[in-house]
Amino acid sequence: MANETQAVEAAAAVAGHAAEAAEKGGMPQLDFSTFPNQIFWLLLALGAIYWLLTNIAIPRIAGILADRAGTITGDIEAAEQYKLKAKDAEAAYAKALADARAQAQKIIAETRAAIQKDLDAAAAKADADIGARVAQSEVKIAEIRAGALEAVQIVATDTATAIVTALGGKADTSAVTAAVGQRVKG
Amino acid sequence: MAEEAGTGLVFHPMEPFKIHSLFSGEPISWYEFFVPTNTTLWMAIGVLAIALLMVVGTLRRAIVPGRVQSVAELAYGFIHKMVEDVAGKDGLVYFPYIFTLFLFIVFSNFLGLIPGAFTPTSHIAVTAVMAMGVFVGVTALGFMKHGSHFLGLFWVSAAPLALRPILAVIEVISYFVRPVSHSIRLAGNMMAGHAVMEVFAAFAPLILFSFVGVIVTPLSVLAIVAMYALEILVAFVQAYVFTILTCVYLKDALHPGH
Repeated sequence: MANETQAVEAAAAVAGHAAEAAEKGGMPQLDFSTFPNQIFWLLLALGAIYWLLTNIAIPRIAGILADRAGTITGDIEAAEQYKLKAKDAEAAYAKALADARAQAQKIIAETRAAIQKDLDAAAAKADADIGARVAQSEVKIAEIRAGALEAVQIVATDTATAIVTALGGKADTSAVTAAVGQRVKG
Repeated sequence: MAEEAGTGLVFHPMEPFKIHSLFSGEPISWYEFFVPTNTTLWMAIGVLAIALLMVVGTLRRAIVPGRVQSVAELAYGFIHKMVEDVAGKDGLVYFPYIFTLFLFIVFSNFLGLIPGAFTPTSHIAVTAVMAMGVFVGVTALGFMKHGSHFLGLFWVSAAPLALRPILAVIEVISYFVRPVSHSIRLAGNMMAGHAVMEVFAAFAPLILFSFVGVIVTPLSVLAIVAMYALEILVAFVQAYVFTILTCVYLKDALHPGH
Protein backbone atom coordinates (compact mmCIF):
# COMPACT_ATOMS: atom_id res chain seq x y z
CA MET A 1 0.00 0.00 0.00
CA ALA A 2 2.78 2.39 0.98
CA ASN A 3 4.58 1.53 -2.20
CA GLU A 4 1.47 2.16 -4.22
CA THR A 5 0.85 5.61 -2.76
CA GLN A 6 4.47 6.43 -3.30
CA ALA A 7 4.25 5.37 -6.91
CA VAL A 8 1.09 7.39 -7.45
CA GLU A 9 2.67 10.41 -5.83
CA ALA A 10 5.76 10.02 -8.00
CA ALA A 11 3.64 9.69 -11.11
CA ALA A 12 1.66 12.78 -10.16
CA ALA A 13 4.89 14.66 -9.57
CA VAL A 14 6.23 13.59 -12.98
CA ALA A 15 2.97 14.52 -14.66
CA GLY A 16 2.97 17.89 -12.94
CA HIS A 17 6.53 18.40 -14.02
CA ALA A 18 5.65 17.56 -17.60
CA ALA A 19 2.66 19.90 -17.58
CA GLU A 20 4.79 22.65 -16.10
CA ALA A 21 7.45 22.00 -18.71
CA ALA A 22 4.83 22.07 -21.45
CA GLU A 23 3.48 25.33 -20.14
CA LYS A 24 6.92 26.82 -19.80
CA GLY A 25 8.63 25.19 -22.76
CA GLY A 26 5.71 23.99 -24.83
CA MET A 27 5.71 24.35 -28.58
CA PRO A 28 6.41 27.98 -29.40
CA GLN A 29 4.65 27.23 -32.68
CA LEU A 30 1.36 26.92 -30.80
CA ASP A 31 1.81 30.12 -28.81
CA PHE A 32 -1.05 32.04 -30.38
CA SER A 33 0.01 35.34 -28.87
CA THR A 34 2.82 35.51 -31.43
CA PHE A 35 0.56 34.83 -34.45
CA PRO A 36 -0.54 38.40 -35.22
CA ASN A 37 3.07 39.54 -35.06
CA GLN A 38 4.32 36.75 -37.35
CA ILE A 39 1.51 37.21 -39.85
CA PHE A 40 1.99 40.98 -39.94
CA TRP A 41 5.70 40.74 -40.64
CA LEU A 42 5.24 37.82 -43.04
CA LEU A 43 2.80 39.79 -45.17
CA LEU A 44 5.20 42.73 -45.12
CA ALA A 45 8.14 40.51 -46.16
CA LEU A 46 6.15 38.79 -48.92
CA GLY A 47 4.92 42.17 -50.14
CA ALA A 48 8.48 43.49 -50.25
CA ILE A 49 9.73 40.43 -52.15
CA TYR A 50 6.78 40.60 -54.57
CA TRP A 51 7.46 44.29 -55.19
CA LEU A 52 11.15 43.68 -55.81
CA LEU A 53 10.43 40.81 -58.18
CA THR A 54 7.64 42.35 -60.26
CA ASN A 55 9.17 45.83 -60.47
CA ILE A 56 12.84 45.04 -60.90
CA ALA A 57 14.04 41.46 -60.94
CA ILE A 58 11.58 39.62 -63.21
CA PRO A 59 11.48 42.21 -66.04
CA ARG A 60 15.24 42.56 -65.87
CA ILE A 61 15.97 38.82 -65.96
CA ALA A 62 13.37 38.28 -68.68
CA GLY A 63 15.10 41.05 -70.64
CA ILE A 64 18.51 39.50 -70.11
CA LEU A 65 17.27 36.08 -71.24
CA ALA A 66 15.54 37.58 -74.31
CA ASP A 67 18.69 39.55 -75.18
CA ARG A 68 20.78 36.44 -74.83
CA ALA A 69 18.42 34.40 -76.98
CA GLY A 70 18.48 37.19 -79.58
CA THR A 71 22.26 37.41 -79.49
CA ILE A 72 22.60 33.66 -79.85
CA THR A 73 20.15 33.50 -82.77
CA GLY A 74 21.89 36.47 -84.40
CA ASP A 75 25.28 34.91 -83.92
CA ILE A 76 24.11 31.60 -85.34
CA GLU A 77 22.65 33.38 -88.37
CA ALA A 78 25.85 35.34 -88.86
CA ALA A 79 27.84 32.13 -88.53
CA GLU A 80 25.59 30.51 -91.13
CA GLN A 81 26.20 33.42 -93.49
CA TYR A 82 29.92 33.31 -92.88
CA LYS A 83 29.82 29.60 -93.59
CA LEU A 84 28.05 30.25 -96.91
CA LYS A 85 30.59 32.93 -97.72
CA ALA A 86 33.40 30.57 -96.88
CA LYS A 87 31.87 27.95 -99.14
CA ASP A 88 31.65 30.46 -102.01
CA ALA A 89 35.19 31.54 -101.38
CA GLU A 90 36.30 27.95 -101.41
CA ALA A 91 34.54 27.34 -104.74
CA ALA A 92 36.07 30.51 -106.20
CA TYR A 93 39.46 29.45 -104.93
CA ALA A 94 39.10 26.00 -106.45
CA LYS A 95 37.99 27.53 -109.75
CA ALA A 96 40.86 29.99 -109.72
CA LEU A 97 43.24 27.17 -108.95
CA ALA A 98 41.89 25.06 -111.85
CA ASP A 99 42.05 28.07 -114.19
CA ALA A 100 45.57 28.83 -113.13
CA ARG A 101 46.55 25.25 -113.64
CA ALA A 102 44.99 25.19 -117.13
CA GLN A 103 46.65 28.50 -117.95
CA ALA A 104 49.93 27.17 -116.73
CA GLN A 105 49.55 24.06 -118.85
CA LYS A 106 48.77 26.22 -121.85
CA ILE A 107 51.74 28.48 -121.21
CA ILE A 108 53.96 25.48 -120.74
CA ALA A 109 52.78 23.97 -124.01
CA GLU A 110 53.20 27.27 -125.85
CA THR A 111 56.61 27.84 -124.40
CA ARG A 112 57.61 24.33 -125.20
CA ALA A 113 56.45 24.78 -128.83
CA ALA A 114 58.25 28.12 -129.12
CA ILE A 115 61.40 26.68 -127.65
CA GLN A 116 61.15 23.71 -129.95
CA LYS A 117 60.75 26.02 -132.89
CA ASP A 118 63.77 28.09 -131.87
CA LEU A 119 65.69 24.96 -131.19
CA ASP A 120 64.83 23.50 -134.57
CA ALA A 121 65.78 26.70 -136.31
CA ALA A 122 69.02 26.94 -134.39
CA ALA A 123 69.78 23.29 -135.10
CA ALA A 124 69.05 23.75 -138.79
CA LYS A 125 71.22 26.83 -138.88
CA ALA A 126 73.97 25.05 -137.01
CA ASP A 127 73.68 22.11 -139.39
CA ALA A 128 73.94 24.48 -142.39
CA ASP A 129 76.91 26.22 -140.81
CA ILE A 130 78.54 22.94 -140.11
CA GLY A 131 77.89 21.79 -143.68
CA ALA A 132 79.41 25.05 -145.07
CA ARG A 133 82.40 24.79 -142.80
CA VAL A 134 82.92 21.17 -143.75
CA ALA A 135 82.81 22.06 -147.43
CA GLN A 136 85.22 24.92 -146.85
CA SER A 137 87.49 22.69 -144.88
CA GLU A 138 87.37 20.06 -147.57
CA VAL A 139 88.37 22.63 -150.20
CA LYS A 140 91.16 23.80 -147.93
CA ILE A 141 92.29 20.26 -147.29
CA ALA A 142 92.28 19.56 -151.01
CA GLU A 143 94.31 22.70 -151.62
CA ILE A 144 96.70 21.74 -148.86
CA ARG A 145 96.96 18.27 -150.24
CA ALA A 146 97.61 19.59 -153.75
CA GLY A 147 100.09 22.09 -152.31
CA ALA A 148 101.79 19.25 -150.50
CA LEU A 149 102.16 17.15 -153.69
CA GLU A 150 103.70 20.05 -155.58
CA ALA A 151 106.00 20.73 -152.66
CA VAL A 152 107.03 17.10 -152.57
CA GLN A 153 107.82 17.20 -156.29
CA ILE A 154 109.83 20.41 -155.91
CA VAL A 155 111.67 19.09 -152.89
CA ALA A 156 112.28 15.77 -154.62
CA THR A 157 113.53 17.52 -157.75
CA ASP A 158 115.77 19.82 -155.74
CA THR A 159 117.04 16.89 -153.70
CA ALA A 160 117.61 14.79 -156.79
CA THR A 161 119.43 17.66 -158.50
CA ALA A 162 121.49 18.19 -155.35
CA ILE A 163 122.32 14.48 -155.12
CA VAL A 164 123.21 14.28 -158.79
CA THR A 165 125.42 17.34 -158.41
CA ALA A 166 126.96 15.94 -155.26
CA LEU A 167 127.81 12.68 -157.14
CA GLY A 168 129.65 14.70 -159.62
CA GLY A 169 127.21 14.54 -162.40
CA LYS A 170 125.66 17.36 -164.26
CA ALA A 171 122.01 17.54 -163.55
CA ASP A 172 119.79 18.01 -166.49
CA THR A 173 116.93 19.90 -165.04
CA SER A 174 114.21 18.75 -167.40
CA ALA A 175 115.32 15.10 -167.11
CA VAL A 176 115.27 15.24 -163.34
CA THR A 177 111.91 16.87 -163.30
CA ALA A 178 110.48 14.29 -165.63
CA ALA A 179 111.99 11.42 -163.58
CA VAL A 180 110.72 12.80 -160.27
CA GLY A 181 107.33 13.51 -161.76
CA GLN A 182 107.19 9.95 -162.95
CA ARG A 183 108.29 8.55 -159.58
CA VAL A 184 105.96 10.77 -157.48
CA LYS A 185 102.99 9.91 -159.60
CA GLY A 186 103.75 6.28 -159.52
CA MET B 1 17.64 8.64 -14.68
CA ALA B 2 15.84 11.95 -14.71
CA GLU B 3 17.98 13.15 -11.84
CA GLU B 4 21.16 12.07 -13.60
CA ALA B 5 20.23 14.13 -16.61
CA GLY B 6 19.37 16.99 -14.31
CA THR B 7 22.92 17.20 -12.98
CA GLY B 8 24.44 18.49 -16.18
CA LEU B 9 22.49 18.02 -19.36
CA VAL B 10 19.91 20.63 -20.25
CA PHE B 11 17.25 19.79 -22.83
CA HIS B 12 15.60 22.76 -24.44
CA PRO B 13 14.94 21.55 -27.97
CA MET B 14 12.19 24.12 -28.45
CA GLU B 15 14.24 27.06 -27.24
CA PRO B 16 15.38 28.23 -30.70
CA PHE B 17 11.79 28.47 -31.92
CA LYS B 18 10.74 30.98 -29.27
CA ILE B 19 9.67 34.37 -30.49
CA HIS B 20 10.63 37.43 -28.51
CA SER B 21 10.93 41.15 -28.99
CA LEU B 22 14.11 41.98 -30.83
CA PHE B 23 15.18 44.80 -28.52
CA SER B 24 13.88 43.93 -25.06
CA GLY B 25 14.16 40.16 -25.46
CA GLU B 26 10.79 39.80 -23.70
CA PRO B 27 7.96 37.61 -25.04
CA ILE B 28 5.33 39.62 -26.88
CA SER B 29 1.58 39.94 -26.32
CA TRP B 30 -0.97 39.16 -28.99
CA TYR B 31 -1.70 42.83 -29.72
CA GLU B 32 1.98 43.72 -30.24
CA PHE B 33 1.97 42.68 -33.88
CA PHE B 34 4.08 45.66 -34.98
CA VAL B 35 6.93 45.01 -32.51
CA PRO B 36 10.06 43.80 -34.35
CA THR B 37 10.93 40.29 -33.18
CA ASN B 38 13.56 37.72 -34.02
CA THR B 39 11.28 36.43 -36.78
CA THR B 40 11.10 40.01 -38.14
CA LEU B 41 14.91 40.18 -38.15
CA TRP B 42 15.35 36.95 -40.09
CA MET B 43 12.55 37.75 -42.53
CA ALA B 44 14.28 41.09 -43.13
CA ILE B 45 17.62 39.35 -43.66
CA GLY B 46 15.87 37.03 -46.09
CA VAL B 47 14.36 39.95 -48.04
CA LEU B 48 17.77 41.61 -48.09
CA ALA B 49 19.46 38.44 -49.35
CA ILE B 50 16.79 38.07 -52.05
CA ALA B 51 17.33 41.69 -53.07
CA LEU B 52 21.10 41.09 -53.22
CA LEU B 53 20.66 38.03 -55.40
CA MET B 54 17.82 39.08 -57.69
CA VAL B 55 18.35 42.85 -57.93
CA VAL B 56 22.00 43.66 -57.17
CA GLY B 57 23.20 40.41 -58.74
CA THR B 58 21.55 41.25 -62.07
CA LEU B 59 22.62 44.93 -62.16
CA ARG B 60 25.17 44.38 -64.92
CA ARG B 61 22.62 42.65 -67.21
CA ALA B 62 25.53 40.72 -68.68
CA ILE B 63 24.93 38.62 -71.79
CA VAL B 64 27.55 36.25 -70.40
CA PRO B 65 26.48 36.12 -66.73
CA GLY B 66 28.74 36.22 -63.69
CA ARG B 67 28.34 33.89 -60.73
CA VAL B 68 25.58 35.73 -58.87
CA GLN B 69 23.65 36.53 -62.02
CA SER B 70 23.85 32.87 -63.03
CA VAL B 71 22.24 31.85 -59.76
CA ALA B 72 19.52 34.48 -60.15
CA GLU B 73 18.80 33.31 -63.69
CA LEU B 74 18.88 29.69 -62.55
CA ALA B 75 16.27 30.40 -59.85
CA TYR B 76 14.12 32.32 -62.34
CA GLY B 77 14.39 29.61 -64.98
CA PHE B 78 13.77 26.82 -62.46
CA ILE B 79 10.47 28.25 -61.18
CA HIS B 80 9.41 29.62 -64.57
CA LYS B 81 9.82 26.17 -66.14
CA MET B 82 8.09 24.52 -63.18
CA VAL B 83 5.03 26.77 -63.51
CA GLU B 84 4.94 26.30 -67.28
CA ASP B 85 5.36 22.51 -67.10
CA VAL B 86 2.90 21.89 -64.27
CA ALA B 87 0.26 24.62 -64.62
CA GLY B 88 0.59 25.26 -68.34
CA LYS B 89 1.28 28.43 -70.32
CA ASP B 90 -1.76 30.24 -68.90
CA GLY B 91 -0.37 29.64 -65.41
CA LEU B 92 2.60 31.90 -66.17
CA VAL B 93 0.49 34.95 -65.22
CA TYR B 94 0.80 33.78 -61.61
CA PHE B 95 4.54 33.13 -61.87
CA PRO B 96 5.52 36.23 -59.79
CA TYR B 97 3.39 35.04 -56.84
CA ILE B 98 4.85 31.54 -56.96
CA PHE B 99 8.37 32.87 -57.38
CA THR B 100 7.82 35.12 -54.33
CA LEU B 101 6.73 32.15 -52.24
CA PHE B 102 9.63 29.99 -53.42
CA LEU B 103 12.27 32.62 -52.76
CA PHE B 104 10.88 33.45 -49.31
CA ILE B 105 10.77 29.79 -48.27
CA VAL B 106 14.11 28.76 -49.71
CA PHE B 107 15.92 31.76 -48.17
CA SER B 108 14.17 31.34 -44.84
CA ASN B 109 15.07 27.64 -44.77
CA PHE B 110 18.71 28.15 -45.67
CA LEU B 111 19.31 31.22 -43.49
CA GLY B 112 17.79 29.25 -40.63
CA LEU B 113 20.62 26.73 -40.96
CA ILE B 114 23.14 29.33 -39.77
CA PRO B 115 23.88 28.44 -36.14
CA GLY B 116 21.97 30.80 -33.86
CA ALA B 117 19.62 31.90 -36.63
CA PHE B 118 15.84 31.85 -36.46
CA THR B 119 13.75 30.05 -39.08
CA PRO B 120 10.46 31.84 -39.84
CA THR B 121 9.22 28.85 -41.89
CA SER B 122 9.48 26.57 -38.84
CA HIS B 123 6.33 28.29 -37.51
CA ILE B 124 2.92 27.06 -38.50
CA ALA B 125 1.57 30.63 -38.40
CA VAL B 126 3.85 31.57 -41.30
CA THR B 127 3.35 28.46 -43.42
CA ALA B 128 -0.40 28.40 -42.75
CA VAL B 129 -0.81 31.97 -43.99
CA MET B 130 1.03 31.07 -47.18
CA ALA B 131 -0.87 27.80 -47.64
CA MET B 132 -4.21 29.48 -46.94
CA GLY B 133 -3.30 32.23 -49.36
CA VAL B 134 -2.65 29.62 -52.04
CA PHE B 135 -5.82 27.70 -51.14
CA VAL B 136 -8.15 30.72 -51.11
CA GLY B 137 -6.52 32.26 -54.16
CA VAL B 138 -6.64 29.06 -56.20
CA THR B 139 -10.25 28.27 -55.19
CA ALA B 140 -11.40 31.79 -56.04
CA LEU B 141 -9.54 31.58 -59.35
CA GLY B 142 -11.20 28.25 -60.14
CA PHE B 143 -14.68 29.64 -59.59
CA MET B 144 -13.91 32.86 -61.44
CA LYS B 145 -12.56 31.03 -64.49
CA HIS B 146 -15.00 28.13 -64.65
CA GLY B 147 -17.94 29.08 -62.44
CA SER B 148 -19.85 26.03 -61.28
CA HIS B 149 -17.89 23.86 -63.71
CA PHE B 150 -15.06 24.11 -61.20
CA LEU B 151 -17.06 21.68 -59.02
CA GLY B 152 -16.39 19.11 -61.74
CA LEU B 153 -13.04 18.75 -60.02
CA PHE B 154 -14.87 16.72 -57.36
CA TRP B 155 -17.07 14.76 -59.77
CA VAL B 156 -14.85 11.98 -61.11
CA SER B 157 -16.53 11.35 -64.46
CA ALA B 158 -14.12 8.50 -65.23
CA ALA B 159 -15.49 6.42 -62.34
CA PRO B 160 -18.66 4.29 -62.42
CA LEU B 161 -21.77 6.37 -61.68
CA ALA B 162 -22.53 4.56 -58.41
CA LEU B 163 -19.09 5.35 -57.02
CA ARG B 164 -19.10 9.02 -57.98
CA PRO B 165 -20.95 10.41 -54.89
CA ILE B 166 -18.57 8.55 -52.57
CA LEU B 167 -15.58 9.72 -54.54
CA ALA B 168 -16.96 13.26 -54.49
CA VAL B 169 -17.05 13.20 -50.68
CA ILE B 170 -13.46 11.95 -50.59
CA GLU B 171 -12.37 14.51 -53.16
CA VAL B 172 -13.98 17.37 -51.21
CA ILE B 173 -12.36 16.26 -47.97
CA SER B 174 -8.96 15.89 -49.64
CA TYR B 175 -9.41 19.31 -51.23
CA PHE B 176 -10.01 20.96 -47.86
CA VAL B 177 -7.15 19.08 -46.25
CA ARG B 178 -4.75 20.52 -48.83
CA PRO B 179 -3.85 23.73 -46.97
CA VAL B 180 -3.35 21.75 -43.75
CA SER B 181 -0.89 19.27 -45.24
CA HIS B 182 0.64 22.00 -47.38
CA SER B 183 1.52 24.13 -44.35
CA ILE B 184 2.27 21.45 -41.75
CA ARG B 185 4.63 19.62 -44.12
CA LEU B 186 6.91 22.64 -44.39
CA ALA B 187 6.74 23.85 -40.78
CA GLY B 188 7.02 20.30 -39.42
CA ASN B 189 10.06 19.48 -41.52
CA MET B 190 11.86 22.65 -40.58
CA MET B 191 11.02 22.30 -36.89
CA ALA B 192 11.78 18.59 -36.55
CA GLY B 193 15.23 18.73 -38.10
CA HIS B 194 16.28 21.68 -35.99
CA ALA B 195 14.84 20.12 -32.82
CA VAL B 196 16.71 16.85 -33.44
CA MET B 197 19.94 18.80 -33.85
CA GLU B 198 19.19 20.58 -30.57
CA VAL B 199 18.76 17.25 -28.80
CA PHE B 200 22.05 15.93 -30.16
CA ALA B 201 23.67 19.22 -29.20
CA ALA B 202 22.38 18.77 -25.65
CA PHE B 203 24.10 15.38 -25.49
CA ALA B 204 27.39 16.71 -26.84
CA PRO B 205 28.80 18.15 -23.57
CA LEU B 206 28.22 14.84 -21.69
CA ILE B 207 31.99 14.20 -21.66
CA LEU B 208 32.33 17.05 -19.15
CA PHE B 209 30.09 15.28 -16.59
CA SER B 210 30.32 11.57 -17.15
CA PHE B 211 32.64 8.85 -18.34
CA VAL B 212 29.95 7.67 -20.80
CA GLY B 213 30.57 10.88 -22.67
CA VAL B 214 33.75 9.41 -24.16
CA ILE B 215 31.44 7.46 -26.46
CA VAL B 216 28.36 9.68 -26.50
CA THR B 217 30.03 13.01 -27.26
CA PRO B 218 31.78 12.00 -30.52
CA LEU B 219 28.65 10.15 -31.60
CA SER B 220 26.43 13.16 -31.01
CA VAL B 221 28.85 15.48 -32.80
CA LEU B 222 28.82 13.08 -35.75
CA ALA B 223 25.04 12.93 -35.59
CA ILE B 224 24.81 16.74 -35.66
CA VAL B 225 27.01 16.84 -38.77
CA ALA B 226 24.89 14.17 -40.45
CA MET B 227 21.65 15.93 -39.49
CA TYR B 228 23.03 19.21 -40.78
CA ALA B 229 23.78 17.63 -44.15
CA LEU B 230 20.28 16.18 -44.24
CA GLU B 231 18.80 19.55 -43.28
CA ILE B 232 20.57 21.24 -46.20
CA LEU B 233 18.78 18.78 -48.46
CA VAL B 234 15.47 19.23 -46.62
CA ALA B 235 15.74 23.03 -46.77
CA PHE B 236 15.73 22.91 -50.56
CA VAL B 237 13.41 19.96 -51.03
CA GLN B 238 10.69 21.46 -48.81
CA ALA B 239 10.83 24.78 -50.66
CA TYR B 240 10.60 22.81 -53.90
CA VAL B 241 7.69 20.70 -52.64
CA PHE B 242 5.74 23.72 -51.41
CA THR B 243 6.24 25.44 -54.75
CA ILE B 244 5.41 22.50 -56.97
CA LEU B 245 2.27 21.74 -54.92
CA THR B 246 1.24 25.36 -55.40
CA CYS B 247 1.68 24.81 -59.14
CA VAL B 248 -0.37 21.61 -58.99
CA TYR B 249 -3.20 23.39 -57.14
CA LEU B 250 -3.03 26.19 -59.68
CA LYS B 251 -3.29 23.63 -62.47
CA ASP B 252 -6.43 22.20 -60.84
CA ALA B 253 -7.96 25.66 -60.81
CA LEU B 254 -7.03 26.45 -64.41
CA HIS B 255 -7.84 23.03 -65.86
CA PRO B 256 -10.31 21.32 -63.48
CA GLY B 257 -10.97 18.38 -65.81
CA HIS B 258 -9.39 15.16 -64.60
